Amino acid sequence: MATPTALHTQTGARPITPLAALLRRALSLLVVHAILITGAVFILLPFVWMLITSIKSPSEIFAVDFSLWPKRFSGGENYGRALTTAPLLRFAFNGVIVCAGILLVQVLVAVPCAYALAKLRFPGRATLLALVLLALCIPIQVPALPLYMGLAELGLLNTYFAIMMPFFLSVFAIFLFRQFFKSYPDEIIHAARLDGMSEFEIVWRIVVPSAWPAIAAFSVFSIVAHWNDLYWPLIVISDTSLATPPLGMMFFADAETGSNYGALTAAATVLTAPLVIAFLIARRRFIEGITMTGIK
Amino acid sequence: MASVALRSVSKSFSGTPVLSGIDLDVADGEFLTLVGASGCGKSTLIRIIAGLEPQTSGSVEIGGASVDHLRPHERHVAMVFQSYALYPHMRVFANMALPLVMSRLRLFERLPVLRLLSMRRRRIMADISREVHSIARQLQIEALLDRRPSQLSGGQRQRVALGRAMVRQPAAFLMDEPLSNLDAKLRVHMRTELAELHARLGATFIYVTHDQVEAMTMSDRVAMMDNGTILQLGRPQDLYARPANLRVAQFIGTPAINLVPARTSASSSVELFGAELPIHVSRPIGSQLTLGIRPEAVTPAPFGAMRSGLHALHGRLRRSENLGAEHILHVDLIGPASGTITCSTSGDPESLVDAARNLTLLFAPAACHVFDADGTRVVDADVNAVSAAPQPYVRAV
Amino acid sequence: MAVAATLPHALAPARNRQRLIESLSGSAFAFPAFLLLVLTNLVPLVVLLYLSFTDFELGALDSHFLGLDNFRKALVDPVFRRSLANTFVYVAIVLPGSVGLGLLIAVLLHRRKRTRSFYEVVYFLPVTSTLIAMATVWQFILHPRLGPVNGVLRAMGFGETPFLSEPAYVLPTLAAIGIWQLVGFNMVLFLAGLSAIPRDLYEAAEIDGCRSGIDRFLTITWPLLGPTTMFVIVTTSITAFKVFDTVAVMTRGGPMGSSEVLLYAIYLEGYQYFHMGYAAALTLIFLAFVLVFSVAQTLVLERRVHY
Repeated sequence: MATPTALHTQTGARPITPLAALLRRALSLLVVHAILITGAVFILLPFVWMLITSIKSPSEIFAVDFSLWPKRFSGGENYGRALTTAPLLRFAFNGVIVCAGILLVQVLVAVPCAYALAKLRFPGRATLLALVLLALCIPIQVPALPLYMGLAELGLLNTYFAIMMPFFLSVFAIFLFRQFFKSYPDEIIHAARLDGMSEFEIVWRIVVPSAWPAIAAFSVFSIVAHWNDLYWPLIVISDTSLATPPLGMMFFADAETGSNYGALTAAATVLTAPLVIAFLIARRRFIEGITMTGIK
Repeated sequence: MASVALRSVSKSFSGTPVLSGIDLDVADGEFLTLVGASGCGKSTLIRIIAGLEPQTSGSVEIGGASVDHLRPHERHVAMVFQSYALYPHMRVFANMALPLVMSRLRLFERLPVLRLLSMRRRRIMADISREVHSIARQLQIEALLDRRPSQLSGGQRQRVALGRAMVRQPAAFLMDEPLSNLDAKLRVHMRTELAELHARLGATFIYVTHDQVEAMTMSDRVAMMDNGTILQLGRPQDLYARPANLRVAQFIGTPAINLVPARTSASSSVELFGAELPIHVSRPIGSQLTLGIRPEAVTPAPFGAMRSGLHALHGRLRRSENLGAEHILHVDLIGPASGTITCSTSGDPESLVDAARNLTLLFAPAACHVFDADGTRVVDADVNAVSAAPQPYVRAV
Repeated sequence: MAVAATLPHALAPARNRQRLIESLSGSAFAFPAFLLLVLTNLVPLVVLLYLSFTDFELGALDSHFLGLDNFRKALVDPVFRRSLANTFVYVAIVLPGSVGLGLLIAVLLHRRKRTRSFYEVVYFLPVTSTLIAMATVWQFILHPRLGPVNGVLRAMGFGETPFLSEPAYVLPTLAAIGIWQLVGFNMVLFLAGLSAIPRDLYEAAEIDGCRSGIDRFLTITWPLLGPTTMFVIVTTSITAFKVFDTVAVMTRGGPMGSSEVLLYAIYLEGYQYFHMGYAAALTLIFLAFVLVFSVAQTLVLERRVHY
């Protein structure tokens, strides 16, 4: 057996002293946090700037030499202006209605379908599954055109229904729930059947409660996606009173073009706040949701 | 290869002590086993030797020099993990060659494209290939060099892990329960192989296991650990024949040792169920003792039988397990005695019991182990010389 | 239905009845979804297909059958080709940027214990924020005269950089904002992938001589992150390909069409100019690209790279 020193000298490495080891560790920690903090600054910059600008007065905003902190607190003015000129609260309200409505129908439609695909045998099951997988690849922007034309024909533009309708079916929810239901033990379902429960009751009373994590994760995903959706509302809504937050922001920005950055950022804050606050409260759920939907 | 020494090594995880003041000297070329139940600290200890965990206090020496400030690969130890930790995305050859590649090639010589620029690399890789093949041949896995770990069986993976360790020609081999993931039969086979490997290489092996059979059959010396301390360090037969501690006695030996309560009698002997045994103990009169008798040291006899020099306990046979070569009897003691004694015999127990299934158990006082109230072995000087007691032996499971 | 299988023959009708119930319930449960699927996906697809062969315009009096002319027109249309090129440039910047940065942050964060939560929250914030609102803020931040970025550049001696009004700068700027939005998402996915790598592989590698972070990364982390990396790349490219919001709010395709991306071009054709037929053809081309990406995603997930 060769002695350890043979291995040693081949790399020419010298054993390090305790002090050097400590210094090396400190240096690497420094570099790591420097990178992380630089990134964090880049990430937080818009949020911070948004909040600060929203409480500055116009004169400060347009001043040539800017300072970070406002000299005069104009928050009241800016927020007041934003809230009165544009129906920001109305936009947020629309957001809530639209997201809640979409989520409700999505779950009501997807859960039974996913259960049927996972556990029941019925004619056309394989075809339906194939269609679901196909639809997974089709983004909303594709059927948007014909749907728009159809809704226009029916005179249904500028309604809540128009905003929500294309999203009532979430093939993603079906896919996600199906994966979950597939792993649900068959014996429990058999036992429930023997106890005389109808299939409907089985789905909603027994299987769904156990799928709660998946449903919660999906809800997070759905709410975030539809609260922030611009493309479809932009197409079907021209009435300001029905605008969802992103659309409302766009209308407001149009109206205030180039002038009142204070009010603009105040509006931006009001519209961004709900989701951000919800995220800060339910961090775990959000991140779990994304991870679960990502790594099936 | 080198000796390994631990000087007062202690380790706490966020305030909870896991190891306390471990002192250990492993000689060059020795096979030392750290054995104990889960949670006794043996895995932590071996990881500290490897450098994967820093100790809270105390120092580790390899080859006589302190290695506390050295990173794991600088300590020139090799480790075989319980899960083998083979790199799943590399073939067996690459797995075994990795330590040599890491130590002999410079960084740029290992990078995907740049490495083509190095002339030196070609020569070094040829050397490495030779060494890996030689070791693979020794372990009889040369045919597997092209496979991925997922395509190997448990035993084959184990050998690859060994090969990866051997290739480094380390100062010491550290093994953390390497046989735990194998099925029983394979485990027995690999035990022999590992012991033979040790004999062939003559290297220092530090082996961790919770299986006392492995500890007894493979080691030069055994360190039994419990709760972060070494209860006893010695040769396997010493731990078997002279356990320093109640816990050591309970852990070593299958079936487990029989323990019965006793007292120090007025004449400083052991008093068991009212009868005095000719064993002198230097403990206060009336103090609690525990008497330990190994099942293989107990001879069953027909009810009422007596033999000079042997002490008798009477009982009823509750259950007998037939292992083929021997029987293990579970006997409930009767009369002034109480409790259950396990006894092993090669004869047929049915020929010994009477109609009421009573029988007598005989054992030599010299074969007893006496422990005081703290569980420490009571070293006695006045025990009669070894009489006609059956030879104790380690049973292979 | 093992129970049913052992029942005596006389009870066979019960088994059939059970099958019937299953069949009926299954169909009933699946029907609403099926109906919606047809209405919101299949019928529109058929309509699109039909439309793409015509020159239909909303409000027009008649329309003609054009065959594949719309597609031929698209292939030579400079506006369409430009929008396609713009989209690809955008994806080409956002993809390595957000995947690389996401990976870097995840690798750095993976070992931290105390600060990890904090950084996770910070980096994930943009994912939850309303992009339109933040886009407006970005517009202000990048403003040549009023924005802090240019303020800093001015202080450092560079001139004012018109990020959003200079054709050469606008796509990279939008891409930077796209990266800003996606880094947190990719970071979370990579963190999940990293925690799936067994710890004792790193320990074995350390004993074998992987001294530095680079060695550890090349030997263990990168190879074993393979499936995760593929997944992140595919989803990021699909998301980046669908860029619309920032363009619609900040630049409206300008200056001079240099930031007009594919979806925005389709939006203009269909909902501003009402060239339905042509827009349908463009949508189908868009779908083709997305399908290619999506098929890659499905293949990767089904493959489940096992070593």
